Amino acid sequence: MQADEVRHIAHLARLAIDETAIADYARELSAILDLVAQMNRIDTTGIEPLANPLDQVQRLRPDEVTATDQRSLYQQQAPQTEQGLYLVPKVID
Amino acid sequence: MLNYSIRQLGQALRHREFSASELTEALLQRIEQFNPALNAFISITPEQAREQASTADARLAANTGGPLTGIPLAHKDLFCTAGVRTTCGSRMLADFIAPYDAAIAERCQADGMVLLGKTNMDEFAMGSSNENSFFGAVRNPWDRQCVPGGSSGGSAAAVAARLVPVATGTDTGGSIRQPAAFTGVTGLKPTYGRVSRWGMVAFASSLDQGGMLARSAEDCALVLQAIAGFDARDSTSAQHAVPDYSATLDDDLHGLTIGLPKEYFSTGLDSDIEQRIQEAIDEYRKLGADFREISLPSSALAIPAYYVVAPAEASSNLARYDGVRYGYRCEHPRDLLDMYTRSRGEGFGTEVKRRIMIGTYALSAGYFDAYYLKAQQIRRLIREDFQNAFQEVDVILGPTTPTTAFALDTQTDDPVTMYLNDIYTVAVNLAGLPALSHPVGFVAQRPVGLQLIGNYFNEGRLLNSAHRYQQVTDWHQHLPPGCADSVHQ
Repeated sequence: MQADEVRHIAHLARLAIDETAIADYARELSAILDLVAQMNRIDTTGIEPLANPLDQVQRLRPDEVTATDQRSLYQQQAPQTEQGLYLVPKVID
Repeated sequence: MLNYSIRQLGQALRHREFSASELTEALLQRIEQFNPALNAFISITPEQAREQASTADARLAANTGGPLTGIPLAHKDLFCTAGVRTTCGSRMLADFIAPYDAAIAERCQADGMVLLGKTNMDEFAMGSSNENSFFGAVRNPWDRQCVPGGSSGGSAAAVAARLVPVATGTDTGGSIRQPAAFTGVTGLKPTYGRVSRWGMVAFASSLDQGGMLARSAEDCALVLQAIAGFDARDSTSAQHAVPDYSATLDDDLHGLTIGLPKEYFSTGLDSDIEQRIQEAIDEYRKLGADFREISLPSSALAIPAYYVVAPAEASSNLARYDGVRYGYRCEHPRDLLDMYTRSRGEGFGTEVKRRIMIGTYALSAGYFDAYYLKAQQIRRLIREDFQNAFQEVDVILGPTTPTTAFALDTQTDDPVTMYLNDIYTVAVNLAGLPALSHPVGFVAQRPVGLQLIGNYFNEGRLLNSAHRYQQVTDWHQHLPPGCADSVHQ
């Protein structure tokens, strides 16, 4: 993995990474991808992917309201709120 | 009371030999005495503990208590606990106080257990040494220059040092079994879906499973009884009857066929560990078990597939930490993007960022088939290996780890070396099977763990096998040096 690719992936993941750490990331991520590449030692054509180890499918529930409004409780954990709203830096001027 | 099992503690409480409050005070005192050197706890909760102990004493006095009423425990610090912070070992959640209890915490409390605190862990459960905690490394009670394993390292160290009889843990790739092995305790990772994930901070949702670390299989059985079962709030919770785990503990092992996977006894396994495992096999044979060599041919692909599936799911799960609704927010963000990237860059530690990067890469445009899909195909092969083996054998046995506990700071520079600690444990998570690690002796004063793997929902057989072994051996009773109690012996 090259430095530019590290920067691109960091952007996709919304992670600020120090410029001085880019080379370390490139080296370590490449080593991990080499490990992962061992998967290619076998041909898996035609094998159905396994997403849930018990092969279960998503359980459905009746479309009924079960949760109550707990906004003020949840917002106690928020870094910044005002009048019941979550505050973030200005998006539109 | 240090070496009392949970059953013995429960009997003593019901017979009024001591009260839940007295037991709680004694252990709080031990935590105060030993935790500064071990760093096993992130939060200690004496006030809640005293309150819960007094509630338990009232239940005991009214004879309405159960087998766990008044028994102290600790939760790994990724189980949400209303009113007590849940940090997940991360700066991101260092001040996070969950508005609700995890299902595990709810059930333990409903049975009258007493919460002493929240245990240290690798950040977001990513690690095999507990060195990735924002709150500092945990020390192994057997050798304080060594790691306790991870990610449930605080739970393991706390149980090994007799600070608490049982602590919860989670196991995504070995995070209960590997620290159990490194600290000489018994750890059970149940079948995927057996224990509710509700309120458990998510790492890799198709692999994560809650369980426990305790001194013996008998103790694990009592706690599993309390926490196992269907929960509608967990979308992958199993709708499968919960048997009476204690009722089958003493079952005879004659007729039990144990498989020895040849891939687990090959290169890379420390020869002294192999010797301890062989001695344990001899004990199991004396108890009546038959042995058969088996093969799990896709074993070598488990680590590569795991390091796609787990980071991919982690990168998706950890996208929720955006500095908006809860968790860490950076100072003085310039704009929204700066707030996202710096909050995450500053809030997450090195290993978490590394795994988010790998996962993001594997899921990014053009790479999905080559990585995630390929890993899921291998996952099916791994599961088929186990299913084929369970046509022939009841239980699979091998070492839990390739080495004993290693020294602090010796593997932190190389992530791939660190990942190989889980070489015998990750396949179980990919297949969703239950597995247990129990101590089988020492190599150079460091504990050795043996792993038993069972078929789906066959926790009872694992606990039964380990219990019978623990009836004829005393490895699980050994006390780490320097952990004797000066006050309460």
